[in-house]
Parts: sequence; C-alpha cells; structure tokens
Amino acid sequence: MTPDRLRLLVPVMALVALLAGVFWMQPRAASYTGLNLLLNLAVPIALATIAQMLIMAVNDLDLSMGAFVSFVACVTATFLNDTPALGLLILAAAIAVYAGLGVIIHLRNLPSIVVTLGMSFVWTGLAVLILPAPGGSSPEWLRTLMTVKPPLAPMAIFASVLIAIVAHLIVMRSTLGVRIRALGGNERTVARSGTSIIATRAAAYALAAFFAVLAGMALVGLATSADANIALRYTLLSIAGVILGGGEFIGGRVSPIGAVIGALTLTLAGSFLSFLRISPDWQIGAQGAILILVLALRLLFNRLEARR
Amino acid sequence: MKALNRPWAWSFLAAGLVWLATIWVTKGAASGGLTEAALTFAAFSVLVGIGQMFVITLGPGNIDLSVPATMTLAGTLALKLMDGAEGMVIPGLLATLGVGIAVGLANYALIKALRIPPIIATLSMSFIIQSIAIWSNRGIRIKPPESLASFTTSSTLTVPNVALVALAVSIAAWVLLNRSVYGRQVAAIGQSLPAARMAGVPVDGVRLATYVLCATLAALAGFLLSCFSGGAALNMGNEYLLMSIAVVVIGGSAVAGGDSNVPGIWGAGLFMFLIVSMLNTYQFQAGYRLILTGLIIIAVILLASGRKGGRP
Repeated sequence: MTPDRLRLLVPVMALVALLAGVFWMQPRAASYTGLNLLLNLAVPIALATIAQMLIMAVNDLDLSMGAFVSFVACVTATFLNDTPALGLLILAAAIAVYAGLGVIIHLRNLPSIVVTLGMSFVWTGLAVLILPAPGGSSPEWLRTLMTVKPPLAPMAIFASVLIAIVAHLIVMRSTLGVRIRALGGNERTVARSGTSIIATRAAAYALAAFFAVLAGMALVGLATSADANIALRYTLLSIAGVILGGGEFIGGRVSPIGAVIGALTLTLAGSFLSFLRISPDWQIGAQGAILILVLALRLLFNRLEARR
Repeated sequence: MKALNRPWAWSFLAAGLVWLATIWVTKGAASGGLTEAALTFAAFSVLVGIGQMFVITLGPGNIDLSVPATMTLAGTLALKLMDGAEGMVIPGLLATLGVGIAVGLANYALIKALRIPPIIATLSMSFIIQSIAIWSNRGIRIKPPESLASFTTSSTLTVPNVALVALAVSIAAWVLLNRSVYGRQVAAIGQSLPAARMAGVPVDGVRLATYVLCATLAALAGFLLSCFSGGAALNMGNEYLLMSIAVVVIGGSAVAGGDSNVPGIWGAGLFMFLIVSMLNTYQFQAGYRLILTGLIIIAVILLASGRKGGRP
C-alpha cells in the first residue's frame, strides 16, 4: 500500500466503526430513510471541509469559514430566492473578495489567521444586515435538489461521493491542484518553475470560496431558511475534518477524499453519541474524546508506516 | 517617528485615535467612565492575551483554543467552592490555579504523547473541559464572596483593580520574556525548533511550562471575570478565544512566533474595547458595527505589517 492510501485507512476505519456502532444500537438507522437523516447534514459540512482544505493546502488557515458559509446561506435564502441574477452576482463578488484576500495576504505577507479573523466580523455583519432575524426561504430548485430521493442509496451518499471525486480530480489531478499543493510544499520552487505564486494563491482562495458557497447553498436547501449564525460551528468542524482526514497544517499535504470522510465521521459522531444516551452534559466532551481517539489511531498507523 | 518602529506603537496609536474619536462625539462628557471601562475590559483581554502570546511565540502551529473553556471551568469551580463565603477566598484562588495547571498539563500531554497538532489538541481538550463545566455548573448562579466582588469592581487611585492585577502580571511577563532564561528559550524555540534543540534548550520542558502558563492565566482571567460579573456563566469565555489571538497579533507579535512583546497587548486590548464602544457611541446598527470592526482590524494589520519581509 502506498503511504497516501495508508493515511486514508484510519479515517475510513473510524467511519466504518461509527456506522457499525450506530447500526448496532439503532438497527432502524440502517435503512434508506435512516441513513439519509443521519448523513444529510454532512453534505454542507463536507463542502466546507473541502474549502478549508484548499486554504490549508497553501499553508494558510481560514477562521472565517463558518461566518462566510452563514453569509452565503443568508444570500441564498433571500437574494438568490427573490432575484436570482442579483443573488448570483453577490455570490460571484464574494468569491472575488476571497481571491483578493489571497492576493493581499501574499503581497503584504500577512498572517492569514488574522485577516480571516477580521473577515469573519465582516461576513457576520453583512449576514446580520441581510437577515436581522432568522428567515428567508430556500429557492425551490435547491430544495428539490437537496431532498431528491435517488434509487439504491440516499442523496447524502451520492453527494458525498460526488464531492470527493470532483475535489480529488481538481486537487490531486489537475495542473492547478498540483500547483496549489506545491505552493504549500515549497513556495520558492513554484516561483522558480515559472508559475505565478500570486495567481496560484488567489486561485486557491477563489476555489475555496466556490466550495464554501456550495456549502452555504446546500445548507439552505436542507434547512429551508437561514440565519446569520447558522453555520458558525463550521470553522472548527472544517479544520477538524481536514485533520481527521489525514491532512496537515503545513506542507501542502492534503487529501480531498480523506476530508470528505472526516466530515462524515464528525457528523456521525454527533448521532452516535445521542444514540448512546449519554447525558447531554457530556456530549460535547465525548465528541472531543472521539477526536482524540481517532488521532491516536492515526499516530499508531504513522508509526507502522515509518517502520516499514 | 522613531517610536513607530517599535512593533507595539501601532496598537497604542490606534487605541488613542479611537479614544479621541469617541470623546469627540460625546464632547468629553464620558471620558472618565470610558477610560475606566476600557481599562477594566482590556485587563481581561490582556490576561488571556499574555498567555496566548507565550504559546504563539513557540512557533508556527502553536495556539491554545482551550482558553474560553478554561476560563469558564475555573470561574465555575472556584465560585462553587467558595459558595459566597469570605473565608474561602484563598482556597478558591488555589482551585483556579489548580484548574489552570491541570488543563495545561492535559493539553501538552495530548500534543506530546499523541503528536496531535496543538490547534486540534487544545480544541478537543476544550470540548472535554466545556463538558466538565456544564456538568458542574448546572445553571446555578452562585454569587462571589462580597470582598472579591467589590475588589474586582472598584478602583484604587482611579485605576480599576483588575487593571492593576493585569499590569502586575504584564510586568512579570515582560521580565519573564525578556530577562529570564525561560523567556529567551521560548523565543529561541519559536525562531527555530531544531536550532534550539541543538543548542541544548530543554524543548519539551519549556513548551510544557508555556502551555501550563497560558492555561493558568486563562483560569485567573475566568476567576476575576466571574467575580466581576457577579457569577460564572457557561458562555462567559466565548468572546475571549478570538480576542486572545487578536490582541497578540494586533499588538505586534509575530504570528509565526519567535518575536513578541508585552506592551502591544495593552494597546491592542484597549483598542479592541474602544472600537466597539466608539461604534456604539456612533449608534451604528449591529451589522455595520461588525463590518467596521472587521475592516478596522484588517486595516491595523495592514499598517502594522510590512516591516519585515520573508514569509516563514
């Protein structure tokens, strides 16, 4: 097995173990409807995790992911629903802002953590202006898309597989993807090879924003309405998802398939704990414990990898 | 203009400008009250900020996300232990320090034993700490002992007592960072971990001590904050996660580690409070207030940066 495959083994095992645990405790979950209910909120989280992964691939970190996805959700539930053309324009502008952030961060050599921290206030502010109180409604086509019932397996599974494949093709197979990961690996090498590092970083940010936009839209399709704080948890969830999936903070070492699996694992962990009937006091703590457990497993496997 | 070359000067300049802009609108009416409130709230940011600064100085990837949970747990447990009794003030303070030390040790144990990146280790830890706080709090609001409540809400010679505590901690932190072997070792590790290790710096010991220091300061801030606000609340630490990071960076410390300063944290703490009160004074809507806060943070970073080239 190649090291990359081995890295995927732990997240896959964690996911399978959690699924088995859920099915064992609640056999009715092992049905079409059960799986759909368990996993459909994983779709927006998986998209946000891919977005975070793209930022992490260039050694940056986006602390505004949750605020941005919330902002997109608010735009989707209002402008995109009422005046689709204007809605699309706003979302395109938001993606352009992300590309601009990439350029500024690069040119002025700024810490991405702080710039995105500042942007998180901006996105939340815009979201509050658009929707001061929870409301809005999902565009009809989006609602239909997110509640579609394909044969054989629920939408959430098809969507997760599709997200993983598309992200894998873009990040691991395309020229742009290779450049983005190379930028995380060694910036000077990329510059010497004649590629514009500014353009590459801007492209990574724009691509991340694109996936984050999809995350916000998917969330509205499921939730049918939006709220300025609807996705604030996504910042930490997306970072944890990337790490669970075998990604690293530096060095451009990321795995899109792993990231999607990481997002699914985090979503399932929540359901697993509620099936366990753990007192609500300890639910958050148990989620922390699961995170630690999976990472401990990964250490074990890294040791095995190193020994061979 | 020489003073502006100091990395911390920008945060004080920004805080001063915002202060003037606010006073200008109120026509000087509330300048005393504003200054006092700013010093009080900056004090809490400074306490958590100093701890976070030591952690960030350790180098890329080092950050403590368990600050808010630690604040909440320390405040909750200490108030519960004291139960409003005057005689229990010392045990309460000891419990606070105990929480800090325990959290710091646990954080570093995860980082070291499981080789988890600090950001994820402290995040997972914060979930567990939060659960313990929820479990022990149970929504009961216990009042702090009268003496502590009045100490944290009153002033000595027009300077709020909490600000004096934070000032004492800052001076100690400055000495520790710039004049002690430990402080130099922290900076050395931040500049280059392999080089520090080759030079014989006890890397693990120093990092462990730093995470313990950060958690202890967070616990102390939580203790003071819960006495100040008349009881511990489960969400009381929330805003201090972003705050602790923001004050470090706006204060002119390098995010990549290895180079930090204490005075800037005061400037940044005052700035962060004054911005919010200025926008409140101008009676902006909540949305515009948030947008302006974000844009101003980015503007300060833009102005303050660019003094050093070379991406780490």
